[in-house]
Amino acid sequence: MKRMQAWGRVYLLVVFAVMYMPIVYLMYYSFNSGGAMHDFQSFTLKWYRDVLSDDRLLIIVLNTIVVALLSAAVATILGVIGALAVYYVKRQRTKNALLALNNVLIVSPDVIIGASFLLLFTIAGIKLGFTSVLLSHIAFSVPIVVLMVLPKLEEMSPTLIDAARDLGASHWQVLSGVVLPFLAPSIWAGFFMALTYSLDDFAVTFFVTGNGFSTLSVEIYSRARQGISLSINALSTLLFLFTMLLVIGYYVLSQKGGRLYGIGGRK
Amino acid sequence: MTERAWRNWYLIPYGIWLVLFVVAPIVFLVYESFLDLDGHWTLSNYKSVWTPIYLKMMAYSFWYAFLITLVSLLIGYPTAYWLTKTRHKQLWLLLLILPMWVNLLLKVYAFLGLFGTYGLANALLKALGVGPRQLLFTDFSFVFVSVYIFIPFMVLPIFNALEELPPSLVDAARDLGASAWTTFRRVVFPLTLGGVKAGCQAVFIPALSLFMITRLVAGNRVITLGTAIEQHFLVTQNWGMGATIAVVLMIAMAVIVILTGSGRKEGSR
Repeated sequence: MKRMQAWGRVYLLVVFAVMYMPIVYLMYYSFNSGGAMHDFQSFTLKWYRDVLSDDRLLIIVLNTIVVALLSAAVATILGVIGALAVYYVKRQRTKNALLALNNVLIVSPDVIIGASFLLLFTIAGIKLGFTSVLLSHIAFSVPIVVLMVLPKLEEMSPTLIDAARDLGASHWQVLSGVVLPFLAPSIWAGFFMALTYSLDDFAVTFFVTGNGFSTLSVEIYSRARQGISLSINALSTLLFLFTMLLVIGYYVLSQKGGRLYGIGGRK
Repeated sequence: MTERAWRNWYLIPYGIWLVLFVVAPIVFLVYESFLDLDGHWTLSNYKSVWTPIYLKMMAYSFWYAFLITLVSLLIGYPTAYWLTKTRHKQLWLLLLILPMWVNLLLKVYAFLGLFGTYGLANALLKALGVGPRQLLFTDFSFVFVSVYIFIPFMVLPIFNALEELPPSLVDAARDLGASAWTTFRRVVFPLTLGGVKAGCQAVFIPALSLFMITRLVAGNRVITLGTAIEQHFLVTQNWGMGATIAVVLMIAMAVIVILTGSGRKEGSR
């Protein structure tokens, strides 16, 4: 690699500083015994105790994790089936049509997804709450899993399958013994993406959640609208540490899979 | 089951998902957009879209989205460029996009503190002698926070496009006597245009529909199409009008995607 110019380094340094500033800022003030995000008074763990003794908040955290794990698991299964469906379609036009439909939920703004799902659940008579949130999280995670698994599937050498079939393997044996193990890294990557999308989602959840059910994003939004409260800071520090663990897991898996693919899409 | 039956079987659950969660919501949204507050069939929503209030909102929405995209590009392109020149670029890239995994609401919330009257930004301004300014609840804070949120979406596709650029082309240009700037302008930039397009799409479309950022840090001063949809669906309960704006927004997006083409494919060419 060519040597980097000095001001290139400085530029990157500034960008990184700005990217991490809000996160560091949040964490720093989570230890402030004063009640605001300025004038650091003295070190305290009060806000952490507040968070950990807030039963309502703990239930919300639990809700968020349950929805994320369940929706990611179901979306991964559906997404792998979807990728196989697209892969096996022979006609290019049908394939493109399927992919176009698949991508609708990826390119649509969250507000539109949220609003249209709200309509869907209302018309279908599904009560807003856990079910509607879970269904919509599954729904918007499926296309991501499809997009992450499909390239790996296309990359797979057909001779691998031919060999298995020549040796007398049934379709199910080919699938479980050859195809799925080959796809495993991208399936796991898809699962982690779905998990993080679900944990991070605000806009869609905000539309389809009822009065009784809340996830962390929605809770943070309603608290932040009331102004600054340092228990949010403490919560964010804990969440950041948790996310770091997830990302490290995802990174290790995607390194095995070859490259960091499929990041981005939802905000 | 025969091989063929298996293949068709995969299409069933996936097809059901597509119909239920992709086709049906769009159909319902379009249907709802023709209903008035009492649930009667009407075209009045589409007439309201052409009134000055909504036209102005749309113009603002597009203007802000354009501004956010432009600033993201101006900051993101050099970032992606210098990132490809670092030694452990994959690691640095990961570090740059790591904040993406921090809950969006938390990042926006952080700016309530950073841009507050006594926050860090104002402390810096004071040190520079500009004095404290009202930063929160302004257009500036809206654009800044949005760019902050969207930067990774701009950097990533440009980074990938730069990575796919054969270094021999740059070497050839330099050998033929082109200056660094000319090489960039005539060789590097045109060849990474696909990544730039993909990045702009990834920023512009969500930027059109933001609503939580406007609510939290722009103090309802900036009303975007996203804010309007949220308002109609969840506050005023005028679902018909909300659906109409959503339909208009979807059409606008489709036009943009068609006009700018699919960036990803060109990026790898």
